[in-house]
Amino acid sequence: MGSRASTLLREEEIEEIKKETGFSHSQITRLYSRFTSLDKGENGTLSREDFQRIPELAINPLGDRIINAFFPEGEDQVNFRGFMRTLAHFRPIEDNEKNKDPTASEPLNSRTNKLLFAFQLYDLDRDDKISRDELLQVLRMMVGVNISDEQLGSIADRTIQEADQNGDNSISFNEFIKVGNLQHIYVWAGDHYLILTYILLSVLQDCLCSSV
Amino acid sequence: CSELLPLAIWLSELYWSIVDWATHRIERGAKDNNHLLYKPYSNGDNRDLDHASEFEMSDIFYFCRQGVESIMDDEVTKRFSAEELESWNLLTRSNYNFQHISLRLTVLWGLGVVIRYGFLLPLRVTLAFTGVGLLVVLTSIIGFLPNGRMKNFLSEQVHLMCYRICVRALTAIITYHDSENKPKNGGICVANHTSPIDVIILASDGCYAMVGQIHGGLMGVIQKSMVKACPHIWFERSEVKDRHLVAKRLSDHVEDKTKLPILIFPEGTCINNTSVMMFKKGSFEIGSTVYPVAIKYDPRFGDAFWNSSQFGMVNYLLRMMSSWAIVCSVWYLPPMTREEGEDAVQFANRVKAAIARQGGLVDLLWDGGLKRGKVKDTFKEEQQKLYSKMLVGTQEDRSRS
Repeated sequence: MGSRASTLLREEEIEEIKKETGFSHSQITRLYSRFTSLDKGENGTLSREDFQRIPELAINPLGDRIINAFFPEGEDQVNFRGFMRTLAHFRPIEDNEKNKDPTASEPLNSRTNKLLFAFQLYDLDRDDKISRDELLQVLRMMVGVNISDEQLGSIADRTIQEADQNGDNSISFNEFIKVGNLQHIYVWAGDHYLILTYILLSVLQDCLCSSV
Repeated sequence: CSELLPLAIWLSELYWSIVDWATHRIERGAKDNNHLLYKPYSNGDNRDLDHASEFEMSDIFYFCRQGVESIMDDEVTKRFSAEELESWNLLTRSNYNFQHISLRLTVLWGLGVVIRYGFLLPLRVTLAFTGVGLLVVLTSIIGFLPNGRMKNFLSEQVHLMCYRICVRALTAIITYHDSENKPKNGGICVANHTSPIDVIILASDGCYAMVGQIHGGLMGVIQKSMVKACPHIWFERSEVKDRHLVAKRLSDHVEDKTKLPILIFPEGTCINNTSVMMFKKGSFEIGSTVYPVAIKYDPRFGDAFWNSSQFGMVNYLLRMMSSWAIVCSVWYLPPMTREEGEDAVQFANRVKAAIARQGGLVDLLWDGGLKRGKVKDTFKEEQQKLYSKMLVGTQEDRSRS
C-alpha cells in the first residue's frame, strides 16, 4: 500500500490547472495518476531518471531533448504543474476557443506556442536562432551513425538555404513558421488513450527537385 | 488442536462454495448482457516512415509525437504494478483513486476487514501449513519406495492432494477449460506468469516436473523432499547461468517419456496479468511439443500479481490469504510444435500470441526484464537506422534519375 491516498489532488488545484492548461477534469486526474506512477521517489516531483525509465521514451532518438523540454532552465525536478504546462502544448485547438476574449493571454496550445515548442527542441542555447550546428546536432540524433558527416552537412545546408530569408545563415522563429503550412495537430484524451498526430510542414517540392 | 482441523476444512469448503456460486452468477450475468468479462485487446502499430522523402524540419514531430505519447501512457511500465480496477472491491490495497464516498461504504469495508483478517486468514493459514507439511512428509516417505509404477502413482496422488489443500487454503476458484489438451509426458508446458500461485493452480489439476533454482530455507526443504518422490529439475545458482547445461538437462528430461511434462514460465518474471511479455527462447529450442496454457485472474476478488520489489514472499502470501478469493480461468491450448523454417524466436512469439489471444491479454514484444533493467541501446539504433534509410533512400533514387 503506497502513499498514494495521501497525495490526492485537491479540487482547487484541479481548477487552477484547468484554467491554465484547458484540460478537462477527468484528463487532469488521469494524468495525475500517471504522474504519481512515474514518481518512484514519491516526493511529488519527477527527475530526468523517472522519464528515462519509460522504455519507449528511452529508445526514442530525440528522447533526451523531449525530456529536457519539461524541465525549466537549470532545474532538475519538475512538479505536476510544470508537467501539465508542458503537456498542454499538445492539446487540440478546439473551435469554441477561437472566439474567446481577444485580450486574454494566448492559450498554451495555440498554433504559435506549438510551433515555439518545436522550435525550442532545435534551439538548445535559447538564442532564438537555429544555427547550422544546432540543426546538425538534431539531425545526428535522429540518424545515429548511419549517414556520413558530409551527407548530413549537405542536408543541413540545403535546409537552411531554403528557410533563411535574411541571410544570417540561421533560422529564426519567424522564418521557421513560414517554412510550410500547419496542417493539423490534435490530441484527444480519452480515458485510456492519448494520441498525437503530427504537424505536416511541407517544403516547396519544386525548389528541391530543381536544385539538384 | 486436531478437532480444529476438520472444522477448518469444513468452514473453508463452505466459504469456497459461496464464492464459487457468486462467480458463476457474475459470469452468467455477463453472458446474458453480452459483456466481455475479459476484454480482448489488439496491439496496433502505426509507423509512418514507409515512404522515402527529403528531410524536413517537421520530421522531429514524428519522434516528438511518439515521445509525448509514451510519456502520457506507455505499454510497458504499467505492466509491473497491479492492475487498476474500475470499481472498488473493498480492499484497501486496491484503493488508488477512490476517495471517501459514504459512511455506509466505510462500515462495509470495516466489516470486510473483520471477516477477512479475523476469520478467513486464520482458517487459510491452518490449511496452508497442513498442505505444505503433508507434502514434505509424504513425499519423503514415498522417496523410500523403489522406483516403479507404484511409486509414480503414489507420488501423483500425494502431489495432487497436497496442492488441492493449498488451493483451498487460498480459496482459489479455478475454472479449467479444454482439459482434453492437458500436457502429456515428454512435453513442455508453458504459461504466462503472474505470481508463484500459478504453480499451485496448474499442479492441482495435473502432475508436472518443476524447473527452478534451489532456494535456501523452507522452500529448499520443500524442493528437496519433492524431488525424492518424482524427478523435478532443480538447478544450483551457479548452474543457472550456463545455458547449455540448462538446455541439456531439459532435453534429457523430455526424451524420457516416463517422466512428467515440464512446467516453464518463459517470461522469466511476474507480470501483472494484463499482458504477456517476451518469451525467452530457451525452452523453445529444445524441439519437443509445447503445450501452451493461458491463466487469467479476475482482479475483483483479489489481485494475484506479485510485485517482488514491493513485498517479499511471506508478505505476499499473507495478502493473498486475506483477500476475498482468488478467481481465475485456465485454458489448455492445443499443442504446438516448431514448424519448418521457423526459428526458436518466431516459434516463441507464435505461442505467446496464442496465449495472449485466449486469455484476453495484450501481446507485447517488450522484455519482462525491463522491470529491473534498462532497455538496450540497440532499439534506439534500430529507429535511427530506419529513419536514415528513409532519408538516404531518397538520395539513391535521385542519383539514379
